[in-house]
Amino acid sequence: MLQGWVIASVSFAYLGVLFAIAYYGDKRADAGRSLIDNPTIYALSLAVYCTTWTFYGSVGRAASTGIGFLPIYLGPTLMAGLWWYVMLKIIRISKANRITSIADFVSSRYGKSQLLGGLVTVIAVIGIIPYISLQLKAVSNSFTILLHYPDIVMPAKAAAQPLLQDSALYIAMILAAFTILFGTRHLDATERHEGMVAAIAFESVVKLLAFLAVGIFVTYGIFSGFGDIFSRVESIPKLKSLMTVADTGASYGSWLSLTFLSMLSIMFLPRQFQIAVVENVNEKHLARAIWMFPLYLLIINIFVLPIAVGGLMHFPDGNVDADTFVLTLPMAERQEALALFVFIGGLSAATGMVIVETIALSTMVCNDLVMPALLRWKSLRLHEEQDLSGLLLTIRRLAIVTILLLGYIYFRAAGDAYALVGIGLISFSAVAQFAPAIIGGIYWKGGTRQGAIAGLLAGFAVWSYTLLLPSFAKSGWLSIDFIKEGLFGMALLKPQQLFGLAGLDEISHCLFWSMLANIGCYVAGSLRARPSVVETGQGTLFVDVFKRSAGTEGSRFWRGSAQVQELLPLIGRFLGPERARASFLAYARRRGLASIDALEANPDLVHFAENLLAGAIGGASARVMVASVVKEEPLGIDEVMNILDEASQVRAYSRQLEQKSQELEAATAELRAANERLKELDRMKDDFMSTVTHELRTPLTSIRAFSEILLEDPKTDLEERTKFLAIIVKETERLTRLINQVLDLAKIESGNAEWHTAEIDLHEVIEESAAATSSLFSDKHIGLNMVLAGNVPKVRADRDRLIQVMLNLLSNAVKFCEVERGRVTVTLSVEGDVVRVDVQDNGSGIGEADQHTIFEKFRQVGDTMTAKPQGTGLGLPISRQIIEHFGGRLWVNSESGKGATFSFTLPLNGNGAERREEITEK
Amino acid sequence: MIRSNITAQRLVAVFLLGCVLFNYPLIALFNKPGEVFGIPLLYFYLFGAWALLIGLMAWIIESRKD
Repeated sequence: MLQGWVIASVSFAYLGVLFAIAYYGDKRADAGRSLIDNPTIYALSLAVYCTTWTFYGSVGRAASTGIGFLPIYLGPTLMAGLWWYVMLKIIRISKANRITSIADFVSSRYGKSQLLGGLVTVIAVIGIIPYISLQLKAVSNSFTILLHYPDIVMPAKAAAQPLLQDSALYIAMILAAFTILFGTRHLDATERHEGMVAAIAFESVVKLLAFLAVGIFVTYGIFSGFGDIFSRVESIPKLKSLMTVADTGASYGSWLSLTFLSMLSIMFLPRQFQIAVVENVNEKHLARAIWMFPLYLLIINIFVLPIAVGGLMHFPDGNVDADTFVLTLPMAERQEALALFVFIGGLSAATGMVIVETIALSTMVCNDLVMPALLRWKSLRLHEEQDLSGLLLTIRRLAIVTILLLGYIYFRAAGDAYALVGIGLISFSAVAQFAPAIIGGIYWKGGTRQGAIAGLLAGFAVWSYTLLLPSFAKSGWLSIDFIKEGLFGMALLKPQQLFGLAGLDEISHCLFWSMLANIGCYVAGSLRARPSVVETGQGTLFVDVFKRSAGTEGSRFWRGSAQVQELLPLIGRFLGPERARASFLAYARRRGLASIDALEANPDLVHFAENLLAGAIGGASARVMVASVVKEEPLGIDEVMNILDEASQVRAYSRQLEQKSQELEAATAELRAANERLKELDRMKDDFMSTVTHELRTPLTSIRAFSEILLEDPKTDLEERTKFLAIIVKETERLTRLINQVLDLAKIESGNAEWHTAEIDLHEVIEESAAATSSLFSDKHIGLNMVLAGNVPKVRADRDRLIQVMLNLLSNAVKFCEVERGRVTVTLSVEGDVVRVDVQDNGSGIGEADQHTIFEKFRQVGDTMTAKPQGTGLGLPISRQIIEHFGGRLWVNSESGKGATFSFTLPLNGNGAERREEITEK
Repeated sequence: MIRSNITAQRLVAVFLLGCVLFNYPLIALFNKPGEVFGIPLLYFYLFGAWALLIGLMAWIIESRKD
């Protein structure tokens, strides 16, 4: 038996646990060992998105529209993909400007406008109140139902109950007290509540487990698995239609608009902004939340449809509200403990939402609505008050109580006309109105204060007219004629068919008209006039937040004089003197100064003080307060533009500089390479010179030696004399040949050689060369084979040069063949479009290492220092130059000890030769 | 910080993929009676596509190199 006192004491015990977690979280934060500095906890705390709407309402929605509960969770999943751009930017901006709420964000962006901050606050409070009433309704209903256990009794209409017997009123008051304990125990310059976030993350786990417990119980306890439930659905036509959506344009349209709406809500609901941006410890945590938060949404939704159809089958007569299936199914099965756990899960979902939402709203109400008004109210003499931190806390506590009471009033007024999800969607549509001003504000520098005010007002007005007022009409506060006949009976003004636009559901209808009005007015208002100085400055700070170093830039737009002795007490009045001194001291230490007295009151310090104050009372009020103690010299629009231009010029210069330095680096690398090449050439030239002189000296030495012998000894007999003279002549010839070849090579290399190109027959060239070298072959008794293909087309080349090449190859072949056993084969063949000539010998062959060097100048196989050189070492390089001149190729295939094959090819069409000649002529 | 350009672009690609998967006309393809492993076709498709998107995002985030 579940008595009222059992339920109440379990609930209070649970709230006590939450408070203990929050207390511990705050203690850890004070000790500098943050409990919530963890990406998983950040992702879990974002799940404050799942309220009783999700916990109870999704099932209700699924019971009436089937899959229609899903877009509310698919939207955030999609949006998570854009967080890396959008959310990261908002977090960065908020941290740089110490922004503490969504109202503060909008007001700061558009020139720290108090009016705009106030407007956003009003829209947020009015828009969120239905959402808070939804939580009250859910908790109060679930409490009432649980109280009647084991009977299943639907709660009576709230309005029918006397005020003092209405459990929702007490729940509202308990939640208010609890929120005050959580959120406003002390005033923090950054408005962060670490303990609260830890508690919220814990609540996310509890509500997930509770929902999964019901889901598993229904799916596997009452029924036997997914397959069983859905196969039973097949036999009930009414349920079967829930498995698909109506195949009409309107149902896809409403699917799309709900997805879009939830995409905006996940960004701009005050509690999501509070958790995702204000309470963010480290922007790196965002990364994991991008996938973990959607995963949470997926898991909590798996059992929604089974519970919904399970409930519909279990209570077929329809007298049990589908919004309560999560609770009533375990109750109907007499699962006391599970029912209580579900109630606690629902309580988690509700308290999490209410705590964070009211804290966020109370901060906005205090900083952007009440404080600016009080500070303007000169007769209160707040300027002279010494410590205002107590006043700030009082305002916030009052705001929390007021907001919850307003939520309760809406619950009494309109709560029964709608299902849970319907109420929530009214709130979603309200916060969607912030999207143009915020998204526009962080990507478009041209958005102005006027545009933002116009857009918000227009969007809010359309929202009120098409969604909020009809919700009053449906609950009987306004005449229902308002919906049916339109304002003053004008059909065109029917709030849910505005200007005759029919065929859309009320949410899509409101979303379309309000966004049209909002975006239209925002853009038109922004383009109407040039932005003011402050708007330009703030716009640039927001849009270019990633391009600028955080913190220091804001001070560039401020000029004036101030006194530390005036700033410090000012901050102290709002934060408390101790906290203010500590902050200033920390600032001084960061600057490398020993004490506060050493601080200079420069623009940086003023900016720091203003930011510090902005954390406590909002950007707009902070600007007013700081302005009251410093003498600010206003910057003209031209000066601000100059600062901005200067900044962009500096950026442009640095880009240019970077580019130049890259070019310079590339040029340096090229120069280095060229230098290397030159050095190499120089070395080669030196090598060449020393080799040439060495080669010249060898014949010269022998010529000189024999000449000296002849000169000194006139009695040398004729035979000797003839022999010596023959040697001299031979060496002279060798010398001449060497010099000719050097000249020849030099000519070819420099392109000055004379070429007599003509159509020539390679047969003739080979025969002639063979004839010319026949004495060499016969001297060493070496055989010469010729395998010449017939019908080889003529090639264009220089006949004498080709003979020179052939002679060189043949004489080389002879040189390296052994006497008598040597065999040389010359092959002529056609391969594709080239003619190929091979000269194969069976001599000593050429090792792998030497195969490249033999084509270098003066390189010969074997040791030239010891063995008598057998040639000049220029034959092969010259031959290769000649063949390459005619567009061919000369190479060698060989293995040491197995002979060598020298081959060359010449192109058949002769184009190669002509092309090469053209190049040479030029 | 964590502002690797390629990661951001991949995530936007996932976002665009999701926009296509979760909207008309692809949904209409699965909006018909029938079931997979005993689960209604539309329900199965939406949760499958959803899980796919989350898997992609997790893979992109956890495998980035910064």
